[in-house]
Amino acid sequence: MQQIINFLIRYKIFLLYLFLLLISCIFTFQSHSYHQSKFLNSSNYISGSIYTFSDNVTSYFGLREENNKLVEENKRLRDKLFNNVVLSPSLIDSTSVDYEVVRGRVINNSYADQRNYITINKGRNDSIVQDMGVITDKGILGIVENTSDKFSTVQSILSDKSNINAKIKNSNHFGSLVWENTTDYNVVQLIDIPRLVPLTIGDTIVTGAMSSIFPENIPIGTIKRFDLDNSKSFYFIDVELFYDMTNIDNIYIIRNLNRKEVLELEAETEAND
Amino acid sequence: MINSTSFLIVLRFILLVLLQVLVFNKLNFFGYINPLIYILFLYWYPIKQNRTTFIILCFFLGLCVDIFSDTLAINAAATVTIAYLRPTIMRFVFGVNYEFQSFKLNNSTKAQQFTFLALLIIIHHLVYFTLEIFSFSNSLLILQKTLTVGVSTLILGILFSTLFSSKKE
Repeated sequence: MQQIINFLIRYKIFLLYLFLLLISCIFTFQSHSYHQSKFLNSSNYISGSIYTFSDNVTSYFGLREENNKLVEENKRLRDKLFNNVVLSPSLIDSTSVDYEVVRGRVINNSYADQRNYITINKGRNDSIVQDMGVITDKGILGIVENTSDKFSTVQSILSDKSNINAKIKNSNHFGSLVWENTTDYNVVQLIDIPRLVPLTIGDTIVTGAMSSIFPENIPIGTIKRFDLDNSKSFYFIDVELFYDMTNIDNIYIIRNLNRKEVLELEAETEAND
Repeated sequence: MINSTSFLIVLRFILLVLLQVLVFNKLNFFGYINPLIYILFLYWYPIKQNRTTFIILCFFLGLCVDIFSDTLAINAAATVTIAYLRPTIMRFVFGVNYEFQSFKLNNSTKAQQFTFLALLIIIHHLVYFTLEIFSFSNSLLILQKTLTVGVSTLILGILFSTLFSSKKE
């Protein structure tokens, strides 16, 4: 017993080191599976407030550019509205909509890591929950991962854990959007498109209908390069994004009002198997 | 005396975390180079102090940076490692000298200070990027990132340490 205690005292520094290293490794690896660890993220109160403060200061420098972006988007939406000759009542009736949009702002953005997260200034108080889609004025941005009362973290599409259903515009061939070449933040990869699909460089990639997170046909990017993968039966496509992931300010969070129903139905079907 | 030292340490802790997350995490030089400048905390930390407190403090330093930059606990793991190895590195760089009461970082030669900082940075970055990328198929990427980010941290680290070093007596 005496020896054990002596041993512990002599090596206490080393044991403390091992213990702390173990803790950090547990934090790191438990979340490799799918979701980020519950409390080690920047959506908590302190870091959220500090990032809000810093964003309040820095956002003044980009006001004019941000205004231009919003005007541009307004113009696009108005074009659509005016060309839609018969304004159908379902566009106005709010009880029959499938999606609800909440506006928010990015208060912290990252794109240089392997797994990038974006912190936004909307949280549980605005009924933001996990797995809601986040888009910019030009395309998709990511999926809500963790929420606190006032803030949320968003798993960016620039993350090696990200996997989003996408398809080629005006066809129904769908695949998965991933980020494999993790050093280039303007290019994501589309995999699992069968080789019989005719492709051309410059084709537009949009979100697919399989996902209960994003509505269909949100633009993502254009085909930059394509090649067959190792199995020679699927394409490996480099998709160049429509927008600059390094310069995002205003974003929209999408709530799919039917998501619960879809998930319940799918769970029920699986349980019956 | 003790109070002023601890006060200085706490102040350094907070300032370095804020500097790291608000300035250097957004640098993205060449797209991915973000110097991990908070390591200077370990460089500046007094030598004659309780090792247990030092390691625990370093763990929380890493954890704070992790929380802000959404990197799980990678910074914490890397920082704890160099905190544990610091006495070994110091013995290697400064010889037995550093165990004397009168030893001060400022009294050592420039080359010694440089080697000390460089060793801290190399070990830290190697652990950090190994954990971040975590696959041996990408070992070249790990080395590339360690080298490029390490050099940028080193340059900034030397600048900062010269800027804020106390005057030689």
